[in-house]
Amino acid sequence: MNKLSDLVSRISAALASVFTFVALYAIFIVVPPEQKMGIIQKIFYFHVPAAWISFLSFGVVFVASILYLWKQEERYDQLAHASGEIGLVFCTLVLITGPIWGRPVWGVWWTWDSRLTTTLVLWLIYVAYLMVRAYGGNRGPRYGAVLGIVGFLDVPIVYFSIRWWRTIHPPPVTLAPSMVVTLLISLVAFTLLYLCLLLQRVAQERMKDEIDWLKRQER
Amino acid sequence: MGFLIQLRVLLWKDLLSELRGKELISMMAFFGLLVLVIFNFAFEPGSAEAAHLGSGILWVAFTFAGVLGLNRSFLLEKESEGLQGLLLSPVDRGVLYLGKLGGNFLFMLLVEALILPFFALFFNLDLWLLLPQLALVAILSTLGFTAVGTLFAAMSAQAKSRELLLPTLLLPIVVPVIVAAVKSTGQILEGRPLAEVAQWLKLLLAFDLLYLVVSFLIFEYVVEE
Repeated sequence: MNKLSDLVSRISAALASVFTFVALYAIFIVVPPEQKMGIIQKIFYFHVPAAWISFLSFGVVFVASILYLWKQEERYDQLAHASGEIGLVFCTLVLITGPIWGRPVWGVWWTWDSRLTTTLVLWLIYVAYLMVRAYGGNRGPRYGAVLGIVGFLDVPIVYFSIRWWRTIHPPPVTLAPSMVVTLLISLVAFTLLYLCLLLQRVAQERMKDEIDWLKRQER
Repeated sequence: MGFLIQLRVLLWKDLLSELRGKELISMMAFFGLLVLVIFNFAFEPGSAEAAHLGSGILWVAFTFAGVLGLNRSFLLEKESEGLQGLLLSPVDRGVLYLGKLGGNFLFMLLVEALILPFFALFFNLDLWLLLPQLALVAILSTLGFTAVGTLFAAMSAQAKSRELLLPTLLLPIVVPVIVAAVKSTGQILEGRPLAEVAQWLKLLLAFDLLYLVVSFLIFEYVVEE
């Protein structure tokens, strides 16, 4: 792990923990519960940032995949791989927190609404992404890059196709100022956490490649 | 002009090998037929529900048959070292892609044409007058499906778990194509005018163009050693 990314990783870890505490305080102590939905609405402060992080990380996969195919350098592949894994974790969180909110508010755990369905399809695409990486043999990284590009371009088309199909997800609403601030703090905390996880995961991948290389040298 | 001649030769190679054996198309069509039959056990035949579900079932049959065909398309090349020969020939990788795509597209369209009469028979539908509209939807959807499918088939043919890998990769990506195809086919079967379906056709066209260009550009990274 080079010095700069180590330093950034440590700083982002420290800042992420600070912001997480502030966010938790704001969410559970400061900000008032929503009028109609009550306490369950607070899951929104986790749901939205998790969705943002999954989009961000799949965007990073997209860019890193293009760079990998173009320049054929390992580091872009390591970045794409790390970001894809983290993105899938946060996408899973979105799919878990959504139904927990939906059950009391809509009365059902799941509904085939456009954003839910799009997120589910997104989740399936990136499960496939990690699968092709794992089972593609020594071409795994390259095939992963292809799926990282094709999959990300698919997101807007999936969204529109399913929106025309049907939709009931609440549209973006105007929030009280204290709610906006809480959401922003939560977004910052999640983004810092993402940065920290990403750098750690990339460093781990790099170390793994280095060990593989050393093993081959010994033979 | 060299480009068109190359494309014709590549396409003719696939068509000829299929014409000699007819293995792929007959198996795909038979499999599609089986899907139609098996789905009929899921509900009361001839009910209003059946008519409503018809377009979905039809496209499940087309999709599964299509995956079956795509799985074979690079396997034959792989078994007989044909792919290596193609890569050694002085042909642009993009043209290679278009050649394979052309074959897959035509095979799948032919299979759809073979399955459709059975669909009309099983569901008691009179499709004669709707044929032009249905053909348009089928062509646009099949083009999008095979545009991505050909790219992924080239990938999965070189992996260990190939038969499993292709549907795993392809089906999530082609969700918009399937949604659009099912919806527009449903609307056409209900006798709605083509103008109402236009929005879906535009979506299909956008998907087709995007993935034709992207696959054309990426294909070389998939087949190259």
